[in-house]
Amino acid sequence: MIRIIDYGLGNILAFRNVYDRLNLPVGVAREATDLEGSTKLILPGVGAFDHAMERLEASGMREAITTRVLQQGMPVLGICVGMQMLAESSEEGRRPGLGWIPGVVRRFQGASLALPHMGWNDVAATRPGGLFRGIEQDARFYFLHSYYFECREPADSLAVADYGGPFTCAVNRNRIYGVQFHPEKSHHWGVQLLKNFAEM
Amino acid sequence: MLRPRIIPCLLVQNKGLFKTVGFRKGKYVGDPINAVRIFNEKEADELMVLDIAASANGVGPDMKMIQFWAAECRMPLCYGGGVTTVAQARAIIGLGVEKVAVSSAAISRPQLVAEIAEEVGSQSVVVVLDVRKKRDGLYEIQTHNGTRATGLCPVAQSRRFQELGVGEIVVNAIDRDGEMRGYDMELAARVREATTVPMTVLGGAGKLSDISDLVGRCGVVGAAAGSLFVFKGTYKAVLINYPSPEIKDRLLRGALGLGGRIQGST
Repeated sequence: MIRIIDYGLGNILAFRNVYDRLNLPVGVAREATDLEGSTKLILPGVGAFDHAMERLEASGMREAITTRVLQQGMPVLGICVGMQMLAESSEEGRRPGLGWIPGVVRRFQGASLALPHMGWNDVAATRPGGLFRGIEQDARFYFLHSYYFECREPADSLAVADYGGPFTCAVNRNRIYGVQFHPEKSHHWGVQLLKNFAEM
Repeated sequence: MLRPRIIPCLLVQNKGLFKTVGFRKGKYVGDPINAVRIFNEKEADELMVLDIAASANGVGPDMKMIQFWAAECRMPLCYGGGVTTVAQARAIIGLGVEKVAVSSAAISRPQLVAEIAEEVGSQSVVVVLDVRKKRDGLYEIQTHNGTRATGLCPVAQSRRFQELGVGEIVVNAIDRDGEMRGYDMELAARVREATTVPMTVLGGAGKLSDISDLVGRCGVVGAAAGSLFVFKGTYKAVLINYPSPEIKDRLLRGALGLGGRIQGST
């Protein structure tokens, strides 16, 4: 069963609703024992990087999640700040990230660039299939953020979008995935992406 | 390419959906949840829900109702109405709403915007400026559903809110509300030129070309409308509507001076 990690941040209900409508089994984990029986994990997140790391720590689930992801190879999908948390660090905060995918989260630069990057933008997958199976090139997804994931290994970048220049908007290494946009609020393309993750 | 957003704005009052003219004479137009479901089907870019009774009646946001919308909404949601504290903003974001809007409370205490941004992140804080064009032609921010004058200039205040870390500025022209004769372009352009944060314009849209005119003048902004998406025809029959993806793409591409079809649109 897919478990949505509820550490107090992010739209738990929206993910639940998507999977309920797809008739796919989904549950919510609020403490480490709730993770029993999970087959896949969704790590949502909104707000400031340090605050999100603190909340995850305080939930008591970090260790149990890390064991599953790094030792058992359980697939995980980080969303928005949940994706940024997969990095080693962020310019937004001082706390280290989970460090599961090498890279740093950086703030968009450019005097004329409106921040946050808010709205619908085109997403181009660098590897077809997988998370982007059945999703056409340059499909539209909803973004709401001022920081982006800069991968150290180009091979970890799964998709790019353009905002004052191309930036990585999806990452993947082994079975660890992250997307900067909000699939739970991106209409049919978002539903397709969440379905793909469930069916991997 | 980041696209301009076309945003239905729903006004709610005592759990019903209303549409006002000049901030007055609210006409009952139906059930908000039904409207949300229709905008889901039509794949609207975003939805703005403003509770127009919450501030005026001095009651806080109706958390149960907000939770219901957040769960129902398959597009990004911005909620405003009666938000006066950081705790309320945090609770609303916790319910799964993408953005929380403050208005009267932020005008009387601008620091509130910085405090909410600190708690939930700049990207989720919106300030709504209700602006009236006075007889002398000057613009003024008003609060409490346009009943209280503030003497404040919307351009200067927009800059101030940007410095305080607001994520989006919604400029709402009181005199255009429900008139369906077009946006106040001068107001929109002045706020756009003074700020760099995302901006959404509300008040006055009566046809789709009003939206393309706005985008042509101000670039990639949010174009919000109430009447346009809830009424149809001269007699303003209630009919929830929203442009199809094809019409929307043609409209916005034309407005931005780009030829052909937006790539990847379906």
